[in-house]
Formats: sequence, structure tokens, C-alpha cells
Amino acid sequence: MTMTEERAATTGKVRRLNRPDPAARSRGGQRFLLVGLALASMYSLFPVWWLIVASTKDRTGLYQSNGLWFSDGWHLWDNLRQLFTYNDGIFLRWTANSLLYAGVGSLGGTLLALATGYGLARFQFPGRNLVFACVVGSFLIPIALLTLPLYLLFSEIGLVDTPWAMLIPCLINPFSVYLAKVYTEATIPYELLEAARIDGAGELRIFFSIVLRMMTTGGATVFLLAFVNTWNAFFLPLTVLRGEENWTLNLGLYNWSGKRLESGVDLTSLVLTGALLSIVPMAIMMVAMRRYWRSGVTLGALK
Amino acid sequence: MIRSQRWKGAAFTVPFQLGFVFLYLLPIGYAVYQSLYHEQQSGLGLGGATEKFVGLDNYKEGLTDSAFMGSVLRVVLFACVQIPVMLLISLVLALLLDAVTAKVAGRFRILLLVPYMIPGVVAALVWINLYSPDVGPLTPLGDFFGFHWNFFSPSMVWPSIGNLLTWHGIGYNMVIIYSALQGVPRELFEAARLDGASEWRIARSIKVPFVRGALVLTGMLSIIQMLQIFNEPALFRNITPQTVDDSFTPIMIIYNQAFNAGNYHYAATLSVLLALILGVGSFLFYRLTSREVD
Repeated sequence: MTMTEERAATTGKVRRLNRPDPAARSRGGQRFLLVGLALASMYSLFPVWWLIVASTKDRTGLYQSNGLWFSDGWHLWDNLRQLFTYNDGIFLRWTANSLLYAGVGSLGGTLLALATGYGLARFQFPGRNLVFACVVGSFLIPIALLTLPLYLLFSEIGLVDTPWAMLIPCLINPFSVYLAKVYTEATIPYELLEAARIDGAGELRIFFSIVLRMMTTGGATVFLLAFVNTWNAFFLPLTVLRGEENWTLNLGLYNWSGKRLESGVDLTSLVLTGALLSIVPMAIMMVAMRRYWRSGVTLGALK
Repeated sequence: MIRSQRWKGAAFTVPFQLGFVFLYLLPIGYAVYQSLYHEQQSGLGLGGATEKFVGLDNYKEGLTDSAFMGSVLRVVLFACVQIPVMLLISLVLALLLDAVTAKVAGRFRILLLVPYMIPGVVAALVWINLYSPDVGPLTPLGDFFGFHWNFFSPSMVWPSIGNLLTWHGIGYNMVIIYSALQGVPRELFEAARLDGASEWRIARSIKVPFVRGALVLTGMLSIIQMLQIFNEPALFRNITPQTVDDSFTPIMIIYNQAFNAGNYHYAATLSVLLALILGVGSFLFYRLTSREVD
């Protein structure tokens, strides 16, 4: 028994018994690998660490103390209070907007994508290949080519500057459709559908009570990725939202970061504390749904 | 499949198709239509504007617009440096992860993916502040070692943005390459080792060729993203508008033409041009990188 197998057996992890035998490598080699990974992790983490530290400082601390360590005094609560009271609590409004757009938009978009993916994966109908070609082809369309004319169309029908201008585009997400199709192919066997039909179930009933239920995992991945996408969106909200009461967090932070140059107001503390807070929902989502999004990332790449 | 079932299946896709027409096809068609027209002020600009069909004139103007083509070239040159660097680091990290035990790999993978969880705008804000001579730790660090760098100077602004994009992108690309590496049949390593191959040799001659497909793919995704780069320069512009002007990247020009100059027709033309450049670029990249496999 090699060392890996022993270790795997004792820790109960037999998943990767086919790992290369570590005895084949020198200890020095193994240490070299770990040092490399540790350095890369430090590079990944230090900006986040800096952000956390910076949001505990008041303005003097921010400008005068060492950036990588806490200064005297703990000002996180002051910063948060300022953040939520500045400009009549507009930051809270932006948070609510972001949650609304990302939550409701992604939920609707996911349902639509699951139905479409299922239709494409499990039915033969004329034009099916054309629809799928449109889905894949749209990955190449630059965002400006869609967003600018969409802005004009939305302003014709009076949707610019309303939450609808953000929500409606979220409903149609070709990448979600692509994922939903792949997941359907992997999880919904034809035989099951046939059996349900023989039992007399209608197509809608099959979709809602069988397909959707079996697609919980795939659906969660689609939802998660759509949520992240909308939460991160910048060009679309910048284009279709004018008044600050409908802005997203990203747009608000962008605006605050420009204030210093525009009007000489230094909102750096607020921007940094706000930036930290805007990561929180994302981190919660990602940690809670870890096993979904990892499969989503790799699946998304293997098209 | 029974005929009626087919149509019921098609019905599942109808809402999406309608939405796709409204949110994708219609806007693209509208952009193409607009790109063929020009807004003309009648009289002394008092009679309001009329639209005049000008054919491909806007495209001629776009193709000879040195600001636009210059921004495309600038972004392409930048991509030629940043994307290989980022992919090389991602590849090395994926190989490192593949060579340590599964438990260690799992832990480091999470740490390396932290930047990917951070929204792009926030990532840019954080790095801009890290670069800032007032609040960031990097300027004092440079001074300590005798480098008086200014991250927002004209010669440094692209490296600054490049570092930000690399930091943000490594984790995502690493995960993709790493999961491709998991697909390499482990027997190959045993066989190579019996033949006396070193670990380095195995990585170079077996693992790297095996993940070629993943590298091509991540490269292509990065190129598509890079040609559309907007968020990061827009945020840098907030800090240093002299260096990052409003024609810094193609999308910034398009945005300015539409919203500051009010020239939708020209903005539409440039968007269509950018789409064509993207399409041709991805096609060429795909052909160039997949040719050797045939």
C-alpha cells in the first residue's frame, strides 16, 4: 500500500486513489509546490484583507496608518452608520435594488431557461436547431451592440429609469438556456417522460411536477450564475438607469468614487465600507451553494 | 415522437423565443438600421432633425476613425500581453494543485478562488485604492525599495489594469484548466515514470498538451471579454481622467458617442463594427489554435 492509499484509507477519502505516488517526488519538490501555492494565495487574498482592515478605520487612520494592519481604534460601526445614513440612506436603497434585480430577475430567467432548455433537449421540432444556434451565437454579441439600441427601444416605450429596464433583460439569458439544456440531457431520461405520458399526464404537468423537481440541482446552478451575473452588471444599469433611486450598488459605488474629482467630496471610507458590504451577499451565496457553482463554472467552460 | 407532442415541446421554448426576438434580434436589427442613417439638422438647426439614408458612409468613417481603430489596437495589444500572462499563471497553479494531495488542493483552490467571488466593479475599486498614493500600501512599499512608481501614470496605467484583471481572472481560469487536468488518465503518468520521465517532463509533455483545449477556450473567452473592456477603465477614469481619456477602449468610445455626443447613429455603427471584429477575431483565434491538432 502506498502512502496516499494509507492516508486515504485512514481519512476515509478514497476518492482519488489514482493520484500519482508522492514517494516518486522528493520532499523538497513537495515543499516547493506548497510555497508556490502559498504565494499565489497571498496575492489572491491580500487585497481582500486590506479592504477588511480599511473598513475598520476612520479617515485619519485610513490615510496615515499602515494599510495592512489595524490602526488604533475600531471604527467599523461608525463607518457602517455613516454608510447607511449618508444621503438619506441611499445605500440601503441601492442594496435593495440590487437584491431585487438579481433575485427576481434571476428567478424569472431561470424558470424561463429551464422550460426552454427542456423543450430544446427533449423534443424534436422544426426550428429547434435554429433556436439553439441563436443561443450559442449570442455569446459572441458585444454588450454595447445590444444595450444601446435596447436603451432607445426602452425609452420609446417609457421603461428607461424604471426597475423594468433591469428586470426584463434578466429574463432572457441565453447562457442559462444553454446550461439548462445540458442539465436536462444529463438528468431527464426519455423513458421517464414516456412512462408519465402513458400514465396520462399532460405535458405541462410533466414539466412542473417531474422535470422541475428533478432539475433542482441544475436549476440552482443556473440561478446562482444568473444572480452573480446580475449582481455584477455595470454597463446595462449605467445605460438604462438615470435617477439614483433606481441604481444598483455597483452604480452607486462608481458614482461615489467619482465624487472626489467632481466635487471634491472625499467618500473613500464610504466607498470602501460599501464595497466590503457588497461582497457579503455574494460570499454567502457562493459558500452556501459551493457545490453548485463549481460545477457551473466548469460546465460553462466545456461548451 | 407524436406530432402534437413536438408542438407542445416547441411551446416550452416560445416565451424565450419571443423574448429573444425582442431583446436580441430587434435591437441588433435596429442598430444595423440606425448605422445606415445620419441625423441631419435642417435649416439652422431650428427645424429639428431629420434622418437621412447614407448607406455605408458611417462604416467608412468608423474604419478610418483613428480614435476608434486606435482603441481597438490598444486593447488588442494589451490582450496579447495580459491574456498569456494570466493563462500561464493559471496553468502553473493548476499544475501545482494537480501535484499535491487532494486535501491540500481543495484548501488552496478555495483561497485562489476568492477574487472570482468579488464583483468586477468592487475589484477595480479595491485595486484603485491599493494603487492610490494616499491610502494604498503599494506606494510606500515602492518607496521603501527605492521605486517611486505612480500607478496612474500613462506608462503604468495598463500594467495597473492588467494586474487587476489578472488578479481577478486567475482563479476562474485555474479551475477550468484544473478540471481538464483531472481528465488525464493517471495510467499515463505511471507509464511515463516507469520510462524514467521526471515530474517536470510529465507536466510538460503529457499534462500541458492534454489541457490545450481548455487553454484555447479560456483564451477565447478572455479575448471576447477584453475587447469589451469597460468597467475597469471607467473606474480608473474617475481617478485619473487625464490618462484614461474617454476614448480609451472601444466600448468607452461607443458609450460617449451615444450619451455625451448624442450621436446614436455613429455609436450604432461602431457597435456593429466591434461585433464584426469580435466575430472575426474569435474565428481566427479558433482556427489558429486548433490547426495543429488536425
